[in-house]
Amino acid sequence: MSLLEVKNLKKIYHDKSGEVLALDNVNFELEKEEFIAIVGPSGCGKSTILSILSNLENKSDGDIKFNVKNPKIGYMLQNDALFDNRTILQNSLLGLEVTNTLTNESKEKVISLLKTYGLEDFINKYPKSLSGGMRQRVALIRTLALDPDILLLDEPFSALDYQTRLAVSDDVYKIIKNEKKSAIIVTHDLSEAISIADKVLVLSKRPAKVKNIYQIDLIGKTTPIENRKLDGFGKYYDLIWKDLDIHV
Amino acid sequence: MYSLEHKKYLNRLRKNKILVITSQILLLISLIFLWELAAHFEWINTFVYSSPSNILKTIINLHNTNNLYQHIFTTVYETFISFSLATIIGIVIATILWWNNTLYKILDPFLTVLNSLPKVALGPIIIIWMGANIKSIIFMAILVSIIITIINVYQGFINTDNNKIKLLKSFGATKFQVLIKVIFPSNYSNIISMLKINVSMSLIGVIMGELLVSKQGIGYLIMYGSQIFNLSLVMSGIILLGLIATIMYYVVYYVEKLVIKN
Repeated sequence: MSLLEVKNLKKIYHDKSGEVLALDNVNFELEKEEFIAIVGPSGCGKSTILSILSNLENKSDGDIKFNVKNPKIGYMLQNDALFDNRTILQNSLLGLEVTNTLTNESKEKVISLLKTYGLEDFINKYPKSLSGGMRQRVALIRTLALDPDILLLDEPFSALDYQTRLAVSDDVYKIIKNEKKSAIIVTHDLSEAISIADKVLVLSKRPAKVKNIYQIDLIGKTTPIENRKLDGFGKYYDLIWKDLDIHV
Repeated sequence: MYSLEHKKYLNRLRKNKILVITSQILLLISLIFLWELAAHFEWINTFVYSSPSNILKTIINLHNTNNLYQHIFTTVYETFISFSLATIIGIVIATILWWNNTLYKILDPFLTVLNSLPKVALGPIIIIWMGANIKSIIFMAILVSIIITIINVYQGFINTDNNKIKLLKSFGATKFQVLIKVIFPSNYSNIISMLKINVSMSLIGVIMGELLVSKQGIGYLIMYGSQIFNLSLVMSGIILLGLIATIMYYVVYYVEKLVIKN
């Protein structure tokens, strides 16, 4: 049984000039420990799906079924949204504070995550002393601190330069796999989607429908940077590029 | 160790700084000297324009009769009270408006009108309502600074980084948690820099009030001096006011530096 089933998801936005259909019968499933990437033309509604899944926005119609009791959703934004006036540890504990689940035990768990992922020397430092990549790692640990069943990543690397982006996506992928989490990433970068995900969901332009779902079966898959060198990578790139039907 | 070129660069910076400060001091001394000279040789009428030595004598006289500190204390006290009240009440009202957007929409035009209105025009009404006493002065000073406080703080609140608010909402945060954990901390520096504006605004309000109704304070000195045509007293009042305003500004400035550093 899938961890998450999305059926006929619909979203309509209302404003003074009328109503806009953003999502039109979107269907997909997320398995346990699976990594899905959602790609599609700019403004098609990719991020809307994540906002609805995390209860930041209401759906207009359709079903969202979590096959776990009291599902916990972790949301990672485009911007790391670290608080300059909080130390790295205080930033990482923010979600626990808000949900009133901060205990000695949960704090120790966060400290051990920070240590495991190379932030031991920065626990009591402020975000300004971190590089862009380290900041994203803290943002991820802040999300993992709540022990979410599903991680939602909304273009989490888009604010980074290309080289850092490659390294950070590799880093984030390893952490998510290591922690045995299921994740959905929204990205506009096809290579990133193919290299990081088990399954790529291609959306059409607005109103967004699922155009195609590709199971990425690259032989010898390891980490995102290495995956880019594999044989079938170009084939998936071409297929998805054609699906996106982008004209300038 | 710095390179020779860097040492030369630092030297140029230092020399420029010395030049600016020396010129500022020289300019001030020259103006005072010229004023004194013009008064001494009767190029100007000292009855109307006074002179630096007369002003100094007046201040010493005020000091000797123990009136000086009473007047300074009154003005500083009134400014402090109105500044604190305007800041606290202003922030509370801004918070309520941030909390309730409909209320903001309802009150927005009233705030705009009150902000544009020259508050001195309300002076006579305030005196009639509250009496010719310190309450009127403080009320007027609060009125001068509170509207701008509300508007500035509210603008800061609504311009808070949306990503941080979204992040907290994704944790399921309540509106109160968003206020305490995002809105307030993100606006510390904005609020502190507003204090600098507020301290000047409160002083303006206090002097305005003292000019209209008072028996003490720097504003009273200035008003009283002009009524008895003692221009030295008026000038002394203005100079004291300049000093008080500068000291108050720097107190807030150093508080700001201290808070932001931490």
